[in-house]
Amino acid sequence: MSHSILVFVEQREGKVRKAGLEAVSEAARLGDASAVLVGSGVGALAAEAGKAGAKKVYVADDPRFRLYSPEGYARAVSVALQKSGASAVFMAATAMGKDLAPAVAALADTAVAADCTGLSSEGGRLVARRPVYAGKMVLQVGFKKGPAVCTLRPNVFSLSKDGNASPAVEDLKLTVADGDLRTVVKEIVATSGGKVELTEASIIVTAGRGLGSPEAFKLRDDLAAVLGAAVGASRAVVDNGWRPHSEQVGQTGKTVSPNLYIAIAVSGAIQHLAGMSSSKVIVAINKDADAPIFKVATYGIVGDAFEIVPALTEEFRKVLHH
Amino acid sequence: MILAVCLKRVPDTNARPTIGPDGKSINPQGIEFVINPYDEFAIEEALRLKEKAGAGEVVGVTVDPEGNESMLRKALAMGVDRGVLVKGGSTFDGAVNAEILASVLKPLGATIIFFGKQAVDSDSCQVPTMVAERLGLPRANVVVKMELQGNKVTCRRQIEGAEEVVEMSTPCVVSAQKGLNEPRYASLKGIMAAKKKPIEAKAPPAVEARIEVLRMEAPPARPSGRIVGKGKDAVPELVRLLREEAKVL
Repeated sequence: MSHSILVFVEQREGKVRKAGLEAVSEAARLGDASAVLVGSGVGALAAEAGKAGAKKVYVADDPRFRLYSPEGYARAVSVALQKSGASAVFMAATAMGKDLAPAVAALADTAVAADCTGLSSEGGRLVARRPVYAGKMVLQVGFKKGPAVCTLRPNVFSLSKDGNASPAVEDLKLTVADGDLRTVVKEIVATSGGKVELTEASIIVTAGRGLGSPEAFKLRDDLAAVLGAAVGASRAVVDNGWRPHSEQVGQTGKTVSPNLYIAIAVSGAIQHLAGMSSSKVIVAINKDADAPIFKVATYGIVGDAFEIVPALTEEFRKVLHH
Repeated sequence: MILAVCLKRVPDTNARPTIGPDGKSINPQGIEFVINPYDEFAIEEALRLKEKAGAGEVVGVTVDPEGNESMLRKALAMGVDRGVLVKGGSTFDGAVNAEILASVLKPLGATIIFFGKQAVDSDSCQVPTMVAERLGLPRANVVVKMELQGNKVTCRRQIEGAEEVVEMSTPCVVSAQKGLNEPRYASLKGIMAAKKKPIEAKAPPAVEARIEVLRMEAPPARPSGRIVGKGKDAVPELVRLLREEAKVL
């Protein structure tokens, strides 16, 4: 049995989030994919959803949806779900997706399979693989009743671009009363920190308490800048107040799966390893050859970070920029 | 003003869980259980709001499959006034927990219902939003800063590389992110007082499971890696391996 899947494709300021398109491509691999775009003046983005694999795109266009509207977006997805008759809803496990998916599920009286890293069909039934305990275990879950609502971890599912750039487009003609929009996002305020978001980054450079002082994090930042990488920190570093919590990788921080994860002076506590062990390639630099981080590292260098990291930054600069 | 805080009992983040005999859950033997770390920020925020107002009541609410009250006692020791304990719910089916919580919270009439932004066992981030939708309340998740003025709540909610400034009216749902505050430790006096504070046991409503756990697996083992070398002399070889063998650059 083929599945019929509606994908909420997230956009901010008219830019589609890649992770949303990854979800479309995965839906198209599993069955018939349609997409729903919600925002203000977002109809033109339908082509991108089409290329990623959506045969049909529903559009909910409303000036009140310029910024994220928790209740408004949930109602738009619900109406698209009814119109499409889809048996499942996918979206990216981003800040927006994690807020929106449970609202869509609540309106449909179903549950969310959150942060999925694998989706398959078993006997016509959708089965979601999802990490729990920050990745110390993996759960396979099925849904007792539909529609299945799944959020998909960014960077895990591959993006296809050979779909139709002119999919069928339908305006949802959504009518939402102002009173239904109970939660209002007034504005978005940029915060300091790396330019690249950790959970969506393909390269991450993390440093731990072994660097000894907040000033030493320049080593990490210089290396990240050469690689165009996001920056991370261990829990000890955040608890010491050296770096903001938004940079924390691990069980009470972010769970990440980049292509390349470079851990500088990170010992590798279990709660840290849980949050980054699914990275494709892991590089560890640590002066303690017995540090647990080397057990998960693809490549390790034993030694002083203050000597090795600047050399590594310089070497990358040579080979990548010349 | 009643402030509700929902608490979940979860394995400590330093725990190394193993798969239990049913193949669908972890073996609880030898695991230390704690209040979900994010819930501690929720408790602290509720206590501070009550202290600032100079009046009110903070009520801890736990849904636990075994009816374990130990996390409520810890919350009472931190300063929560009373507890409500429902024996029921599920470790991984958030929709079931949300339905039970909504039925318990509705008659409580809380001004703000606090949660941690996610439980570190199921990692689903779904219960706060589901409770809000079930009760018809506004919500702000992953909150790093909040302010209550009259019936207006302004929150900063963490998103990718930025924060959303969210406005809503009470009653509402707020889920706490690390950084919202610095949770207090229970004092000895608090621990003694907690023994006498009331915990009311409530029977759960009949609820239907929405998901089915088919199996639990250990994550795939990583292929063993290697030490490339010592000191900065190993750097050129590392970069070569990343480019030519791992092909990640």
